[in-house]
Amino acid sequence: MLSPNASLSHLAQRQHARVAGVDWDALQPAEARRLREFGVDEGVEIELLHRAWLGGGPVACRIGRMMVALRPHVAAAIRVTLAVD
Amino acid sequence: MDHPPLVALVGNPNAGKSALFNALTGARQKVGNYPGVTVERHSGRMALPDGRPIELVDLPGTYSLDPSSPDEAVTRDVVLGRQQGERLPDVLVVVADATNLDNHLRFVLQLKALDRPMLVALNMVDMAERDGLKFDLDALSAEIGCPVVPTVAVRKRGLDALRDALAEVLAGAPATLPPPLDSFDADIRHFQREARRVAGVAITEQPRARAVTRSMDAIALHPVFGPIILLTLMFVMFQAVFSWSEAPIGWIEGLQGWLAETAVATLPENFLRDLLVEGIINGVGSVVVFLPQILILFLFILVLEASGYMVRAAFLMDRLMASVGLSGRAFIPLLSSFACAIPGIMATRAIDDPKERLTTILIAPLMTCSARLPVYALIIGAFIPARQVVPGVGLQGLVLFVLYLSGIVGAVLAAFVLRRTLAKGQGGGFMMEMPRYQMPSLRDVALGLWHRAYVFLRRAGTTIMAVTVALWLLASYPVAPEGVKQSEYSAAGRIASGLEVVLKPIGFNHEMSLAVIPAMAAREVAVSALQTVYAIDATDEEQGAQELGGRLSGRWSLPTALAFLAWFVFAPQCLSTIAVVRRETNGWRVPGLMLGYLFALAYAAAGITYWSAVALGL
Repeated sequence: MLSPNASLSHLAQRQHARVAGVDWDALQPAEARRLREFGVDEGVEIELLHRAWLGGGPVACRIGRMMVALRPHVAAAIRVTLAVD
Repeated sequence: MDHPPLVALVGNPNAGKSALFNALTGARQKVGNYPGVTVERHSGRMALPDGRPIELVDLPGTYSLDPSSPDEAVTRDVVLGRQQGERLPDVLVVVADATNLDNHLRFVLQLKALDRPMLVALNMVDMAERDGLKFDLDALSAEIGCPVVPTVAVRKRGLDALRDALAEVLAGAPATLPPPLDSFDADIRHFQREARRVAGVAITEQPRARAVTRSMDAIALHPVFGPIILLTLMFVMFQAVFSWSEAPIGWIEGLQGWLAETAVATLPENFLRDLLVEGIINGVGSVVVFLPQILILFLFILVLEASGYMVRAAFLMDRLMASVGLSGRAFIPLLSSFACAIPGIMATRAIDDPKERLTTILIAPLMTCSARLPVYALIIGAFIPARQVVPGVGLQGLVLFVLYLSGIVGAVLAAFVLRRTLAKGQGGGFMMEMPRYQMPSLRDVALGLWHRAYVFLRRAGTTIMAVTVALWLLASYPVAPEGVKQSEYSAAGRIASGLEVVLKPIGFNHEMSLAVIPAMAAREVAVSALQTVYAIDATDEEQGAQELGGRLSGRWSLPTALAFLAWFVFAPQCLSTIAVVRRETNGWRVPGLMLGYLFALAYAAAGITYWSAVALGL
């Protein structure tokens, strides 16, 4: 079971979740802005799709209906709760 | 009013804006530049249903009015009416991807809040239908507060309805435009929430998955298969450059030989005939012969780009790029630079972080561009035996692969050093939208290839021909007395002798020193220059009897040939690249730096190669 402070990086592949909140302070202003532009916000559906082949590489995830690539430190700043459905 | 109404296309990246622009304007397009910035202005003419003309301008894609690059700043400034060199648009046509509505609606709503005449083109509705999405267009239009027209830009569907709607919006627009705006609502979270609510109302059915893209990504981004596929694609690409091009190269050589023979047979022997045969037909022909290889390389790059795979490649490469202080985003300009550094350097505009962009610009010329292929192909063909290392893998292709690899390794080291010295900084990270896979449109790929072929042939017909003819004249005069070699006695020969003092220690001979000078204009000129020099020295029986590769293999040692290859891996011999770097960086500092470090690298690499090969007894 996911802890209340679990982040996107903790999700298993293909596991559906919702954004519980974002640690905006952990991000650079440009990263925070792009993340908002991708539509990341409380309550939005999010799913971890792929991890890159090298450790520490980016992750690909679905935000709403959009697929985006993020670096791990950004993924770690997105807190999630498991979707109940 | 002298001007036709100005209509601006705005929207998120990947909304299909440019496809809509192409569909609406057809061939009536102009590409210019906004004053003071290196952002291209794409404009074109279209007509309303009643025949009235409209000027349509395609603005750079952006996610919001808060810009993170010079391109995005232009979009904001045009929309607000404060871009120098652009009128305030009479109508905004906002393009939104129907398959990704809740995200694209956010920007639609932010633009709507500006309270300007506007309409929405709900694009890619065919894809949305295939995904099982259903829309209530009336509800959507009512919620946004402007007309919504469903379109499929790539199939030219919905264009008539769009023109009708545009005429209506224009008719209802106020006669005098409001003044430019000073501010806009920048709180995109608020717009995002509103967008999700509106999308919830407008989308009546919404299944979850994008099945095709998903299952393709399961393989393309797989931790094991992903990198293998990427590496295989690269390897196939470089092998294809050699193996697919054999037949067409033969045709071009046949044509060139026929032209030269016909000229020799029909014209009287004089200065003009020599100029025509040696300077123009053989000089230009020796470069044009590489057109098939260049087109094959561009074919791969255009297809990878249009299919959506390029962003996946960036994803796979990000971790490696991060280890030298770059990101996966830099991979796309760098891969394009394998075709030509110029579009590659222009593509660095998409990199937000200025230091990362500077580093990418500086290392882009190290990616082996297609202009090096003529030089590599000539030397490899002359000195490397055409045998198979293992079945299906030829030694010549392998050497070519090593040359490409050397450029990449050089670029990695250069980036590593640059990011710790001149371009120090934290880096912009890697956040990219991954568009769905698409079957590349045959027409777009063919147009792209045609454009490349045209640019190459125009260069062969102008710059390369001029340089070749000038070199032929310099190498032919003054005429050497009996017993003295023409290539040494001539004006060009004397200049080369001066340069040879510097280049001799790295194994270069007199002819190579001579070829390196005109190759400054463009690398492939080295080939026609060698052709010219050896043709001039050749005695009459030899004349035309031997093709260039055969001549070289008889006269150069293997270490010398390898040193020449190593030189071309690094040497910044391309005036167009230097000019583009100057334009993109607004000054001579960066191009100066580039020239300095690349020539130093080229000299060192050629020297090390030469002396190692000599020591090994090759």
